[in-house]
Amino acid sequence: MGYTLVYLSLIVLIPLATLVVKTADLSLGELWDLAVSRRALASYRVTFGASFAAALVNVVFGTLVAWTLVRYEFPGRRIIDALVDIPFALPTAVSGLALTAVLAPTGWIGRFLAPLGIKAVFTPLGITLALVFIGLPFVVRTVQPVLEELEAEVEEAAAVLGATRWQTVTRVIVPSVTPALLTGFALAFARAIGEYGSVVFISGNKQFETEITPLLIMTRLEQFDYAGATALALVMLIVSFAMLLAINGLGAWARRRAGHA
Amino acid sequence: MIGTPAIAATHEPVWLRRLIIAIAVGFVGLFVLVPLAAVFAEALRNGLAAYGHAIVDPAALSAVKLTFLAAAIAVPLNVVFGVAAAWAIARFRFPGRALLISLIDLPLAVSPVIAGMVFVLLFGKQGLIGPWLTAHGVQVIFALPGIVLATTFVTFPFVARELIPLMEAQGAEEEEAAIVLGASGWQTFVRVTLPKIKWGLLYGVVLCTARAMGEFGAVSVVSGHIRGRTNTLPLHVEILYNEYEYQAAFAVASILVVLALASLIARRVIARRVEAT
Amino acid sequence: MTIDPTGDRPRPTGTATGAGAPRDLAPLGDPRIDPTGGLPRPTGTRAPRDRAPLIEVRGLTKRFGAFHALDDVSLDVPGGGLIALLGPSGSGKTTLLRILAGLERPDRGRALLDGVDLAAQSARQRNVGLVFQHYALFRHLDVYENIAFALRVRKRPHAEVDARVRELLGLIQLESLEHRLPSQLSGGQRQRVALARALAARPRVLLLDEPFGALDAQVRAELRGWLRRLHDEIHLTTVFVTHDQDEAFEVADKVVVMNRGKIEQVGAPAEVFDRPANDFVMRFLGHVNVLEATLEDGRARIGDATVALGALGAAVGAHGGDTRGRVYVRPHEIDIARAPAAGAFAARVVRVTPLSGGLKVELSVPSLGSRMRADIDWERGTALALSDGDDVFLSLRRARVFAPDGHGPPS
Repeated sequence: MGYTLVYLSLIVLIPLATLVVKTADLSLGELWDLAVSRRALASYRVTFGASFAAALVNVVFGTLVAWTLVRYEFPGRRIIDALVDIPFALPTAVSGLALTAVLAPTGWIGRFLAPLGIKAVFTPLGITLALVFIGLPFVVRTVQPVLEELEAEVEEAAAVLGATRWQTVTRVIVPSVTPALLTGFALAFARAIGEYGSVVFISGNKQFETEITPLLIMTRLEQFDYAGATALALVMLIVSFAMLLAINGLGAWARRRAGHA
Repeated sequence: MIGTPAIAATHEPVWLRRLIIAIAVGFVGLFVLVPLAAVFAEALRNGLAAYGHAIVDPAALSAVKLTFLAAAIAVPLNVVFGVAAAWAIARFRFPGRALLISLIDLPLAVSPVIAGMVFVLLFGKQGLIGPWLTAHGVQVIFALPGIVLATTFVTFPFVARELIPLMEAQGAEEEEAAIVLGASGWQTFVRVTLPKIKWGLLYGVVLCTARAMGEFGAVSVVSGHIRGRTNTLPLHVEILYNEYEYQAAFAVASILVVLALASLIARRVIARRVEAT
Repeated sequence: MTIDPTGDRPRPTGTATGAGAPRDLAPLGDPRIDPTGGLPRPTGTRAPRDRAPLIEVRGLTKRFGAFHALDDVSLDVPGGGLIALLGPSGSGKTTLLRILAGLERPDRGRALLDGVDLAAQSARQRNVGLVFQHYALFRHLDVYENIAFALRVRKRPHAEVDARVRELLGLIQLESLEHRLPSQLSGGQRQRVALARALAARPRVLLLDEPFGALDAQVRAELRGWLRRLHDEIHLTTVFVTHDQDEAFEVADKVVVMNRGKIEQVGAPAEVFDRPANDFVMRFLGHVNVLEATLEDGRARIGDATVALGALGAAVGAHGGDTRGRVYVRPHEIDIARAPAAGAFAARVVRVTPLSGGLKVELSVPSLGSRMRADIDWERGTALALSDGDDVFLSLRRARVFAPDGHGPPS
């Protein structure tokens, strides 16, 4: 017990407390200025915008993937199931590198996009695509167990009560899955906003355009602008904690709904 | 008797099913399989010889060593903590228990860059204790200790998070039986608890190790990118990329991919054992 | 008549008639509650039976792989009747029910509802009500919305839905719980909601699949009585599946005994119990002693005694020579005496157990090399004063003999 606390403090609490201490160095006004500088705001737009879009894409497609894995039999099902874990298991640098290679104009996918005038590297689009990759497992693995637990009898009951297949899906299946969907969205979003490694390669880090907040923090640190870095870090931490609370709240709501709590 | 409409209400029409499968497979294939394949394709672009050359390059080898070293220190530390924390949380009710659980999750909610940053704030040149340490000849940032600390922070929760639900589900009855039979606390732990949690523990270790070896953002902030000295494998990939040594970058990346795939397979195998207990 | 199966209705305060007086709710006979389609009828009279639809099943066969779930099953269900499909697991009763509900397709045969082949009807047209063993309530909907579901998917206007749901809430007496989620209800309450949900769209037939199987014994007993009284009031054609003989007998007008995909016998409870068509039915319903015997013209040699079967009501055809056969006797059809008598065979008391209805006496019969069970009433038991090890003589008051294939008397 004691060991636990000592270790926890050493590794987690004290370092994080440093952040608070450093913050105290600055006045509230200074912090605010640093936090909302033009460059900072641009980075928020890029980061949060891309993360939101990516999480949304993942909710739609991730649910489809989860449904397919749970409900259908097809050749290669186990392979697809295993592939879903890969974005979470791969080192972020490798993901970033691989995605850049694939989406570059000479890449396997990029070569199809170039003639259409779609530029995937060094653009917010590229960042979003990288974040879709990163967030893929979160939605699928959150929704999958819920779908697996759905009793066939409930769908049969709906059918016998007169519902068409569409009505059964929208009135019975979707509501049961919604809490998991939202949780998956929140998880993917939270992961995306903090993502660094897989994005820096593909983003090109153009100021005001494709500079993500974590990178801006990094840049400030390299310039020894600790104050600037701290201000940005605070903003990100506040959002992260808000997401964490939301995720836990959603989890509790989902359990209550399903009657487990 | 064919085509009773009532039954159709519990299944989608075949064409819709096929379409959904196609979309799902296409999505996963496009986003996951293609990039994976691209790594190996690019790594072998200039042939097998060049591939081998990139891997045994001294800088690359030192990166490998550093990566494994950092993991070798961080993981056991986190294992000991994880077991201790899980034991405390699963067995006892104490004030602040819920807080402790949330705190354990903290590193997961924090961006890796911020994780590295806090250590710089603490130990860096202008950090809180940095100057004091440098005065005493202890180098943390831009050196191995910093890398180890950052890695430990980031992989902190994994073992604990695996063990807590496992131990809560298993209950304390066997341990209670052991104590009544006369075993000491330590004996109970070694003879009764450890065997029960061994598969969950192994799973957590694999997860922790994989993450430790692949960590990029936090280590990037803390390491200073000093080639041959403070470069881990992921950082080395970045350096090669920035120097336009694409083929070498992919070659090194492919090592990481193999490690990641190995850890995935190991986890799947172990997960089945965990289910069985 | 007010029904309160689980006793959890809140008692009103200040009732003038004193403690325990039930509140004056709409009784089940209320003509506003009419699941058979809204035809007007005078208050208080019972709906004539022949207006409800009848189910005809002809030659239904269903296989799952190599397993024969149903083997050429034919059955008629009269309108307004309450019949039980009774049998051990694997007998095909649930499969039959699910085919009627439209959840399975038979390989061969037809099922007709009110003269219309069910295959031609969609679920909505078919309009049957189905209650599952594990309720299958919609967990994300409250009680009100669960009951309203069938009407909502038919896009009924709000006022109509509300009226119907309230009516049914009154029927199942859960008005105060309309906003609860299923997870907040007891098992008995959930099953009542499931029933109300099935009745909402005024189905022509009500199907129940082991509806009380997941409940504990006391709730089960109460709901059984409740279902019976409900049916007496609303006369909806009802088919329910059970493996519990007591349940089938207590609730149903007619019992269909099934085994291995076939129907063994159809009849009122008393009939199948007293005049079983074959040895399976006899064995499945209640305890039975099976005695190896040698059969001759109208007589059976059981152990060291010879019994005249005709006098026991067991028809035996004329037969030359000896045949080995079996004589089936219920425990309560055996007389125990201390003195030998004609047609009585010797036995030894192994154990005497008092039961709620009388004495259960376990005996061993040396000449047969087997054990038997006899049930005698209290008075007889006191008069005999049996103890373990006593030597007694057993005579049979009644018996049955079935042909070697198990069906009916040997020809």
